[in-house]
Amino acid sequence: MSFITMTRKHKQRLTVVLLLVVGIGTAVALALSAFQENMLFFFNPSEVVAGEVPTDRTIRVGGLVTNGSVKRANDSLLVEFSVTDTKNSVPVKYEGILPDLFREGQGIIAIGRLEADGSFKAQEVLAKHDETYMPPEVADSLKAAQAENAQIKMPESHRAN
Amino acid sequence: MIPELGHFALVLALALAVIQTVFPMLGTFRHVQNWVAVARPAAYGQLFFLSVAYACLTYSFIVSDFSVLYVAQNSNTELPLIYRIVSVWGGHEGSLLLWALTLGMWTVAVALFSHNLPREMAARVISVMGFVSVGFLLFLVITSNPFNRLSSAPANGRDLNPLLQDPGLIMHPPMLYMGYVGFSVVFAFAVTALISGRLDSAWARWSRPWTLIAWVFLTLGITLGSWWAYYELGWGGWWFWDPVENASFMPWLIGTALLHSLAVTEKRNTFKAWTVLLAILAFSLSLLGTFLVRSGVLTSVHAFASDPSRGLFILAFLGVVVGLSLALYAWRAPSIVNSGGFSMVSRESLLLLNNILLVVACASVLLGTLYPLFLDAFNLGKISVGPPYFDNVFMFLMLPLLVLLGVGPLARWKQDNAKQLVWHLRFLLIASFGLGLLVPFFFMGMKGLSVFPGLALAFWITFTSVQSVRERLRHKTNRWQALSTIPRSFYGMTLAHIGVAVFVIGVTVSTAFSTEQDVRLEPHVELDLAGYHFIFEGVESVPGPNYTANRGTITVQQNGELVTVLHPEKRTYLVQTMPMTEADIDVTLFRDIYISLGEPLGGDSGAWSVRIYHKPFIRWIWLGALLMAIGGVLSALDMRYRKLARARQPVTEADSVTATA
Repeated sequence: MSFITMTRKHKQRLTVVLLLVVGIGTAVALALSAFQENMLFFFNPSEVVAGEVPTDRTIRVGGLVTNGSVKRANDSLLVEFSVTDTKNSVPVKYEGILPDLFREGQGIIAIGRLEADGSFKAQEVLAKHDETYMPPEVADSLKAAQAENAQIKMPESHRAN
Repeated sequence: MIPELGHFALVLALALAVIQTVFPMLGTFRHVQNWVAVARPAAYGQLFFLSVAYACLTYSFIVSDFSVLYVAQNSNTELPLIYRIVSVWGGHEGSLLLWALTLGMWTVAVALFSHNLPREMAARVISVMGFVSVGFLLFLVITSNPFNRLSSAPANGRDLNPLLQDPGLIMHPPMLYMGYVGFSVVFAFAVTALISGRLDSAWARWSRPWTLIAWVFLTLGITLGSWWAYYELGWGGWWFWDPVENASFMPWLIGTALLHSLAVTEKRNTFKAWTVLLAILAFSLSLLGTFLVRSGVLTSVHAFASDPSRGLFILAFLGVVVGLSLALYAWRAPSIVNSGGFSMVSRESLLLLNNILLVVACASVLLGTLYPLFLDAFNLGKISVGPPYFDNVFMFLMLPLLVLLGVGPLARWKQDNAKQLVWHLRFLLIASFGLGLLVPFFFMGMKGLSVFPGLALAFWITFTSVQSVRERLRHKTNRWQALSTIPRSFYGMTLAHIGVAVFVIGVTVSTAFSTEQDVRLEPHVELDLAGYHFIFEGVESVPGPNYTANRGTITVQQNGELVTVLHPEKRTYLVQTMPMTEADIDVTLFRDIYISLGEPLGGDSGAWSVRIYHKPFIRWIWLGALLMAIGGVLSALDMRYRKLARARQPVTEADSVTATA
């Protein structure tokens, strides 16, 4: 059927179908761009130290809180600590209330941005609600680091306390 | 002895589930009446043995039988009795048992209330539900037996996770499961209709009350979960777009689309294939939700230590159920004929838009939830998707949905005139716009205008809902009397829609005007926030039944008068030595004052980090959801579903006589 012979009803239908396609298309385009913008990539401390990490977007960094690294400010809620995968560690700054299960030696994930000086400024710190639970990302990166450590035969032990 | 009895009962329930699946279905094809008649007794028997198994596990918890592994992992002699009883569903194995028990209950409910159905159809529905049950019971018996014994019993158990020691645990999981599993009924109806090729408005009428009730339970379950997370996790948020929350939200979105599509199928005998597809999707997403939560593939607040190998079984089962039902759909759907045509502007087309928007919303949640899992599974990197993604997408999709929500109930079936419709609604449109601007401006000044879109929509939905009731009363001489002639389902719909308006007000106002502050407080320090005056009196140590608590005292004043004294706690549970934040909240209809303790900041000063929130209208979020649920109950109680039952009564009695003979 050619366009000219289309009845009024057909034209109406075509308009509606086109509107629907455009509408759904816009929805999908917007959703995908929102998706792109809000993807949070995970990096382990070794990757951060190696400089593989973008400084212009929010990322997640996870690892164990290094023993003895937690320092609190006297007059504010500023906390500084470092996260490690037992091979490399990254200094983290955070201002706010830490989760219940945040403690030294515990696996955590920090969400924030990498500063120019190589420290990580966290907007949010996550620790899980079960003592035996380790975020899978952190568990994997620990395993990777330990495998590498074992290859170069470092003398210290790398038990995650 | 008791655990073995429970295990035995579980195996018997499995055997009955197999019988319930095989014989009724085969019987309907081979026309063996005795086989068809097996359906109901098998369902009753299965529920009986599931209840026995469940009772045995509960008993093991009550008497603290730590020779049972599951009890040893999730309970402790110090645990208060009520939590020992609900600990049954505090872990993986027990949750699945509750799932299976819930399915048994839904099946028996169908068996009891399906005497108005053609006998073969009822038998097939029960058979399909039996098939689902077989899957879950196999899973329980093979991979997650809750009755496994330890060779040597520990002196005491590892205790229930302190996070779960809360009234929220008593209500949230059973409600959610009732909702999840409830969608198995409409799923079974859909599969039966596809098998028998009988897809008419009677089918929609039978499925509708079941779908409504499942949807009500799911709504309540999600609402309870949101409320629980709000006060228990100590962050003061009511929704986190956490993957597990998403897992329960996806079936809800599709379930909501299904309710509306069923209405069209029942009233207008169209949208049939689409409705069946939604029914299959709703239950598939419930299964997917169970898989996501129970397989341990997710990083989330719900992801307690769990065993990923089990995920494979549920994934395979999910594949079988979804695969088979979609294959059946692909085979049968082309033969479905829709009889009722409709024009571009009509209630049907508006409901179609509703469905499209809800399904697209669900798809976007699915994308945000599953995409990170796919990347991880194929070693392409570890990502997570931030809440702003979901917020933006939802804002964009829900705005048109809410506008249409106002028009839908006022549009005519089959054909309406767009110009007339808009003209007819002009005053309501202007009033919603005006009040949406004036009300926030009056209370908050210029900065109040940021809530204009939300408030205008809420007014719009409320006004049009009231208008739709008024239109029903037009031309009636005695309007008060006429009120009682309006069917309950109509009141149910109106109430649920007003619930949406209340929910929208809660979300908009609490998001726009919440004040949140994390502060370092030393004793006797004073602070002003959101028009209230807070005095931190300090923290003292108090013992609890199975924990010790640091208990803060904060006096809240307004204009020099005492408002309330709040006592947030930081508890340390003795068995798992795990710290827990217990926020204290002062609640009124129009605002919450929410205080939780962070941690001691060291030194002799007695300083603590303290989180203080002022959240206006946050209760309206849950209140709105509650209204939606009440609306759902009202609709399910509509007289026409019962009239249908009564009208068919004599036939079935004659039928059942021949069946037993």
